[in-house]
Amino acid sequence: MSAVADVVAVRVPERTLRSEARAVRTVWRRDMIRFLANRGQTMTWLVQPLLFLFVLGSGLQPLSDASTGGADLKTFIFPGVVCVAVLFTAMISAASLVWDRELGFLKEMTIAPVSRTSIILGKLAGGATIAAAQGVIVLALAGLVGVPYAPGLVAGALALIVLVAFAVTAFGVLVAVSIRQAQSFTWVMQLVVFPMFFLSGALYPVAGLPAWLEILTKLNPLTYAVDPMRRLVFAHADVTDTGTLDAGVTWFGRQVPALVEAGLVFAIGLALLGVAVRRFARAAEG
Amino acid sequence: MSSSIPPAVEVDELRRTFGEIEAVRGISFTVAPGEVFGFLGPNGAGKSTTINMLCTLLAPTSGSARINGFDVVAERDAVRRQIGLVFQDPTLDVQLTAAQNLRLHAELYGIDAGAIEARIDRMLALVGLADRRDQRVLTFSGGMKRRLEIARGLLHSPRVLFLDEPTIGLDPQTRSSIWGYLRALQESEGTTIFMTTHYMDEAEYCDRIAIMDRGDIVVLDTPEALKAGVGADRVTLGTADDAAALDALRERFGIEASLAEGAVTFHVDGGGEFVPRLFASLGVPITSVAVSRPTLDDVFLRYTGTTIRDAESAGGDEAHRAMMRAMAGARR
Repeated sequence: MSAVADVVAVRVPERTLRSEARAVRTVWRRDMIRFLANRGQTMTWLVQPLLFLFVLGSGLQPLSDASTGGADLKTFIFPGVVCVAVLFTAMISAASLVWDRELGFLKEMTIAPVSRTSIILGKLAGGATIAAAQGVIVLALAGLVGVPYAPGLVAGALALIVLVAFAVTAFGVLVAVSIRQAQSFTWVMQLVVFPMFFLSGALYPVAGLPAWLEILTKLNPLTYAVDPMRRLVFAHADVTDTGTLDAGVTWFGRQVPALVEAGLVFAIGLALLGVAVRRFARAAEG
Repeated sequence: MSSSIPPAVEVDELRRTFGEIEAVRGISFTVAPGEVFGFLGPNGAGKSTTINMLCTLLAPTSGSARINGFDVVAERDAVRRQIGLVFQDPTLDVQLTAAQNLRLHAELYGIDAGAIEARIDRMLALVGLADRRDQRVLTFSGGMKRRLEIARGLLHSPRVLFLDEPTIGLDPQTRSSIWGYLRALQESEGTTIFMTTHYMDEAEYCDRIAIMDRGDIVVLDTPEALKAGVGADRVTLGTADDAAALDALRERFGIEASLAEGAVTFHVDGGGEFVPRLFASLGVPITSVAVSRPTLDDVFLRYTGTTIRDAESAGGDEAHRAMMRAMAGARR
């Protein structure tokens, strides 16, 4: 009988919005499977942020006592370190797109009857999820550096973590679709990502900087993610006399509202994503 | 109804150029549904360029191609739903298990979720990987990976399965086992198979073969008809003086021999009976002799004037072929 054939022969339906959504989920799920299988490898990207937090934070404490008015340096750099953990992981996760191309798997995805936008969105969702997870791990250490687990703080920090994860992964995906070799990613990390980290105010207050450093800091998109995170932490942490530590970013002498900063980061992320989608759609196969 | 079933593959004056180079020079052919069709030729002959155009991965410069009646340019999506692909280079995610690779493929192709697991089990069983279902591909041998890719290519029940050099880099034993699986799959699934190869012996597995050289199809027929066309036996001689032997063959026997892979080669009816006469009156010392029934190698030799191995190492075309390969690589 043909009963067996009826069960096993399948049909490929026409593309619909639903099938595209399924493709996004599928690409995302693959990255999740890989992440869970290689957790340890991804975790190594937490080592550096944690060194900054605990080693630099503790080591420089005697130097900073004079100027922080008694505030713990670890508390001060904690919000920055959360952002940096997300930054590194998001870039490394996005780089997997380059490896997919180099190892041939990208071809399997691009030849499928799905739109390239869905593939990019799936990779973005995957990278951002992994990056946000790393941010949450660091956030969970708040108690060790004198930051309380206040509901308002945790909720706000989670929202900012997701925002940074989205924006940086969008940037990483754009880099990934623009370069031809996995090696080039190392250069981007050295020439773009590390400077971005240092110029974000993650390790120093953004008020009262030398002019050149202030300009570079204000031009750095990451600054606008670190700043609201720091204000959030300081609003809840037990720090008296914060002085200029959380003075925040100013434009023309006025403090930039946290929501504006967050909106700016979101807008930049969207723009980067838009360019990445267009580039990927136009790129030669794979 | 039956008269309206379109050919599985229909190619008309298909052409593709890369700058100055004409990689495919206006070829035409059709493949019937259910056929196993082979594209045979040396590296750089234009096989991969042709297959990439048929798979919608590369736009033709001119001419047209239809898969199951759908145009590869105008109806790209429809074509993609009809075809399965096994690439020359591996495209598996080795971090995932066999089943995870197949599931991912099924999801991307929009297969009904309820049918996926049964379909995966069936395909894994057909390629003999049922017991490896939940093992990571990382642990698979080259032959196992290839089988898994073939299972994946057929997972969504495509009407046409394209395989670009499916057995490249595999040892002869693995190659023949892959062919066993492919033939079994073709029979149970009824899929049309379109494949390229530069292994002469593999062409024997095909229903029909197109021999391609320098962007053109030089001949297209069944393996039997092609061999019958060559007819005569092949004689290969090692001699002390090849040039003198070529002259002697022409003068004394009226045979136009050629030098192929460093040996004097020619075709003659009744090769076994001819050899004693050769020893008696060639006049050039013979160091070795071999007589063989015609193979597809001979067919290739007959239609292109060179063996496939010589064609691949030919100095004159080396630059051309290197360029073709570079272009094929850049498109990935």
